[in-house]
Amino acid sequence: MMRTTPFHPRLAELSQTQMWGNWSGYLSAVRYDLSSKHEYFGVRNAAGFFDTSPLYKYWIRGRDAELLCSFAFARDVRTLKLGRAQYTIWCDDDGFIMEDGVLFRFASDEFLLTAAEPNMGYLKQLSRRYDVEIVDASEDYASLAIQGPRSRDILEVLTPDISGLRYFGFTETKIANTPVTISRTGFSGDLGYEVIIPVADALPVLDAILEAGHPHGLRPYGDEALGMTRIEAGLPLIGVEFNSSRYAWTAEDRFTPDELGLGWLLKGIEDDSRPFIGRDAILRERADGSSRWRTVGITVAWSDFYELFDSRGHLAVPDEIPVAWESMLYDAKDKRIGYATSFMYSPILQCHIGIARVKPKYAEPGTDIYLEQTVNHEYINVRATVTTLPFYNPERKTA
Amino acid sequence: MSDTNNYDAIVIGGGHNGLTNAAYLAKAGKKVLVLEQRHLVGGAAITEELRPGFQFTTFSYALSLLRPEIIQELDLVRYGFMPLLMRSHFAPMENGDYFLLGPDAGLNRQEIARHSKADVDGMERFEHDTARVRQFIRPLFDSIPPNLFSDDPADADKMAWLLKHLGTGNKKVIHDTVRLLTGSIADFSDDYLESDIIKATICSAACVGIKLGPMSPGSGMNWLYLSMGEHDGIGGSWSFHKGGNGGFTQVLARAAAAYGAEIRLDSHVDHLITEKGEVKGVALRDGTEFRAPVVVSSLDPRRTFLEIADPRELPADLVETIQRFRFQGVASKVNFALDGLPEYPALSGRADQYLGFINVAPTVEYMERAYDAAKYGWYSEHPYIDACIQSLVDPDMAPPGKHVMSCFVMYTPYELKGSTWQAERENMADRVQATLQGFFPNFNDLVLQREVVSPDIIEAKTGLSEGNIYAGEFFPHQMYFFRPAPGYSDYRTPIHGYYQCGSGTHPGGCVIGAPGRLASQQVLKDLGREKA
Repeated sequence: MMRTTPFHPRLAELSQTQMWGNWSGYLSAVRYDLSSKHEYFGVRNAAGFFDTSPLYKYWIRGRDAELLCSFAFARDVRTLKLGRAQYTIWCDDDGFIMEDGVLFRFASDEFLLTAAEPNMGYLKQLSRRYDVEIVDASEDYASLAIQGPRSRDILEVLTPDISGLRYFGFTETKIANTPVTISRTGFSGDLGYEVIIPVADALPVLDAILEAGHPHGLRPYGDEALGMTRIEAGLPLIGVEFNSSRYAWTAEDRFTPDELGLGWLLKGIEDDSRPFIGRDAILRERADGSSRWRTVGITVAWSDFYELFDSRGHLAVPDEIPVAWESMLYDAKDKRIGYATSFMYSPILQCHIGIARVKPKYAEPGTDIYLEQTVNHEYINVRATVTTLPFYNPERKTA
Repeated sequence: MSDTNNYDAIVIGGGHNGLTNAAYLAKAGKKVLVLEQRHLVGGAAITEELRPGFQFTTFSYALSLLRPEIIQELDLVRYGFMPLLMRSHFAPMENGDYFLLGPDAGLNRQEIARHSKADVDGMERFEHDTARVRQFIRPLFDSIPPNLFSDDPADADKMAWLLKHLGTGNKKVIHDTVRLLTGSIADFSDDYLESDIIKATICSAACVGIKLGPMSPGSGMNWLYLSMGEHDGIGGSWSFHKGGNGGFTQVLARAAAAYGAEIRLDSHVDHLITEKGEVKGVALRDGTEFRAPVVVSSLDPRRTFLEIADPRELPADLVETIQRFRFQGVASKVNFALDGLPEYPALSGRADQYLGFINVAPTVEYMERAYDAAKYGWYSEHPYIDACIQSLVDPDMAPPGKHVMSCFVMYTPYELKGSTWQAERENMADRVQATLQGFFPNFNDLVLQREVVSPDIIEAKTGLSEGNIYAGEFFPHQMYFFRPAPGYSDYRTPIHGYYQCGSGTHPGGCVIGAPGRLASQQVLKDLGREKA
């Protein structure tokens, strides 16, 4: 039997499709609506909620908690203030990314890490030399992402404590008399919050949120709509943009932070007072200019995509559901220069967009490159343009 | 005359085509001034808060045929573009049943089968065949028509391309195209379908805005035209915009301003200033003058040629053609603020049927009879109503739990026989409300406020002659080469530097942006040529 999250009884009632995927052994909705596009617009235009309960959650506590985090994670945790969270990554000794997650600072000596993949063994191993306790709290908490322009209005009805919450801030408060943690975080590139709730009280809290959300058009969204929002937001996804370097078989399957477009996390790397795993290799990569890739956005003009099919007697039918494979990229002379890791038709931009890895000299925004598509059972290239990420970045996300 | 009143181009009218045109010209580096007569931009695409918290889409109510190129070329998402796709299409029936299409093709087969098993594949064949017609005519739709009467080699090239396109088309596709362009939608749909409610649903889309019934030859062309929407790349799809259509024109205004265009409100243009057949600028009613070597009118053909320009400066044949150009508006709007959602007994407690158009057109005959009244100068006893409740999709449109319902009403002819709209306006709206009450038993109890927009009001507020929502009737002889007049389908006019970019030009009306965009291409091409 697959496991279900604490929210499942209500989610199953709300699902018109009963289409469930598998996230770490839990049923996780593919889509609730007959069309994931309408869930997507629910998020962009009003508010949507996504069940993130299968995320792994680890408490890192003790005198050396900060020291361990500052060594294990590539982003400098020493600058993380109480009541703030940060997106972070961890690398191997060769400077390749293993995984990513979000680190919350609850106290000077207490952190919570949420991550898509299991890391208890790794953290325990690392912690041997430190005075810290690692607790796997994955099954203690349910979690819910509430994303979209109306998310603040909805949560404010339930707890005024979130009104002043800044981007990546969090607060411990109560919803329906249950202590919860609400952070202004998410994976949608929009205004949004995530709520961490003790498992036993997860359903009453969800019901309170549903009631508060009803007049604002709050609706559940599944994995397909999540994929659409996160690609528009330019956010990399493990298993799609990259895989953990520790399970990679070849060098082609490992990527450095700079190659993945995450170099901005490494602010202060020159500071010798903070050794962290992978630092030396990343400094070498930067000194040698040896990055193999740059991560960029690509767009295909709708007129070009339409013409690609129309000129061959076909009708172009765009699909907003992200394609599940990589698409190859070429230069004007048909030489391979990279590949798109994510590709989809963006419902708001009304053209195709993708997250791509290209050789550094093709990374300049505005560069024309060519994307391989299958038309009439043949590989045909269509012109694409290199852009910056994210594709969609409303002011309200951080304002 | 101070320098501040000198521009590279002046656009008359801040409707969606005027703003689109201005944005393109400004993006190309021109110093552009938009002159709008009213206190707000948008023309017939506005949203007004007539009651606190209730946003009314006074006139147009959906992003119908907006060309996707415009979204990308003007980078509209950066300025707030937010389409909201329609999820459903709902047609209540007189016997209490309904026809409800949604976003899942598999479920739609089940719903069609409920009405006719033969129509399941009949509908799929209809959709495939008409998609092929759309694909065939799309290149004509999205380009400047060749001038049949010009000796410009560029026009000869375009004619050669057109003949080649027609000559290499598939026999069946060309025949279907001609059948749609010249025949009735009722005849065309009869070839595929047997269920009356399904045929009525298709036919209803042909009866929007024109003075023709579904059985009239010519209704096929309107069906085809209105099916040219391609929101989200899906042929035939329509969409709402966040904040209503006024939300969309605000996006266009922000884009135009960001590219450098200046928008001046409460500026009613009185006439063109010309010298020796060349345009020099415009004068407002208050006497203020603005100078520019290019003036683009987004007004309809009657205003563009007979009011703003001096007809004495134009060739007699053009003046004559424009004088007999048909407007004959037949559409009205009745907009409601509602205290809750209408209840449809067969779908009690559900609201998902209201996430797109609600089509009160229960039979083909119902619509044809509704049209009959208009032929003889009166409004329909049982009107065809194309309604939508955008507040269900977009919470910004009404306070929580409350709703706004836009009702597009056919047929309400501009000229009433023996009466006036002033006398009949509320009576007509009563018919609309009674019709809705007939299908939704709680409707009357929900109504908080009613706004009635008859053709005379459309004309008075937007400037669209006779209240024609397309700025000129969709007849074959008023389309493509002939829109608005033979020899003037390329956005130019006989007055050098004076251009047209409104819905009265190719391809035509709806919130489409194509006339504004194509006209900007013609202006920029001509300016480039003159420079060279």
